Amino acid sequence: MADKLDRQAGQEAASSPTFHLVEDEHGRGHGHGSPTMLGFWIYLMSDALIFAGLFATFGVLSTSYAGGPTPREIFELPLVALNTAILLVSSITFGFAMLAMESGKVRTVQLWMLVTGLLGAAFVGVELCEFGNLIAEGATPQRSAFLSAFFTLVSTHGLHVTLGIVWILVMLVQLQQRGVHEENKRRLMCLSMFWHFLDVIWIGVFTFVYLLGTIR
Amino acid sequence: MSSSDHAVDHDLHSHGDTHGHGTMRSYVVGFLLSAVLTAIPFWLVMSGSLQPGATAALVIGLAIAQILVHTVCFLHVNTQAEGGWTLVAYVFTGVIVFITVAGSVWIMYHLNTNMMPGMPTGEVSGTP
Repeated sequence: MADKLDRQAGQEAASSPTFHLVEDEHGRGHGHGSPTMLGFWIYLMSDALIFAGLFATFGVLSTSYAGGPTPREIFELPLVALNTAILLVSSITFGFAMLAMESGKVRTVQLWMLVTGLLGAAFVGVELCEFGNLIAEGATPQRSAFLSAFFTLVSTHGLHVTLGIVWILVMLVQLQQRGVHEENKRRLMCLSMFWHFLDVIWIGVFTFVYLLGTIR
Repeated sequence: MSSSDHAVDHDLHSHGDTHGHGTMRSYVVGFLLSAVLTAIPFWLVMSGSLQPGATAALVIGLAIAQILVHTVCFLHVNTQAEGGWTLVAYVFTGVIVFITVAGSVWIMYHLNTNMMPGMPTGEVSGTP
C-alpha cells in the first residue's frame, strides 16, 4: 500500500515539476529519491563557478606575455587532440559501466571502471609530459601572467581528474567487497556525474585555451 | 528506442530521478556527436583554412554545441530529473559563468585601452 502511494507520488513528480523535495522521500538512505544526487549536482555547479573564475582570469591575462613565449610557439595541438580523444573515450567507457550497473553485472562494471581509470591516468600522464616539456623550454608558471593563468587553469582540471581516478580506485574496492547495492549505485552515479562534468570543463579548456590561443 | 525501453525508462524514473540512467543509445549518440564536434574545430585551427575571425566564431559555436550534447547525453539533465531542479541550477550556473567570464574580459579590456597617455599602458600586459 505504502509502495503504491509512493509510486503515485513519484508519477506525479514525473509529470509536473514539483519545486520542493517530496517529504516522504527523505532519509530512506538509497539512491532513488535520496537528496544526495541533487546535493552533489549543486556541488558540481559550485565547482563550475571555481572554473569560471579561473577562465575569467585566463581570459584577462591571455595576452600578457611579458616578452615571453606566445601560445602559438609553445602549444602542441596534436598532443591536445590526443588528450581530448582520451577523455572523450573515457566518458563513453564510464557510460558502459553505468549501463552494466543498471543490469547488476559487477564484473562488467569493474572492467569498464578500470578502463576509464586507465584512460584518466593516460590523460594525466600526457598532461604532465606536456607541462614537463613547457618547463624544460623555459615556459614556467613564473615566466609571464599568461603562463601563470594557463598552469593554474589546466592543472586545476588535471587535479580534478587525478581525484576522479582515486575515487574510481576506491569504488573498485567497494564493488569488490560489497557488489552493486543501493549505496554503491548512488556513489557510482555521483562519480559518473563528476567524470562527465570534468569532460565538459575540458571542452572549455581545449577551446578557449588551446585552439583560440593558437589562432590569436 | 522501442516501446519496451520507454516502459523500463518510466519505471526507473518513477521517482523523478534520472541521474546516471542513460541508455546505450544516448551514450553512443552523445559520443559520435562529440567526436564530430571535437574533430571539426581541431581541423579548422590546424589546417587554417578559414580567416582567424571566422575560425574563432565557429570554434566557439561548436564548443557550446558540444557542451549541450554532453549535458543532455552524458549528464542526463532534463526537465524531469529531480523535479526540474538540476535544470534550474544548471541554467543559473550558466548565466553566472557567462557574466563572470565575459564581464571580466570586457571590463579589463576597456581598462587597458582607456589608460591615460603617459601612464604605464597595458598594466595587465606588463605584469610579469
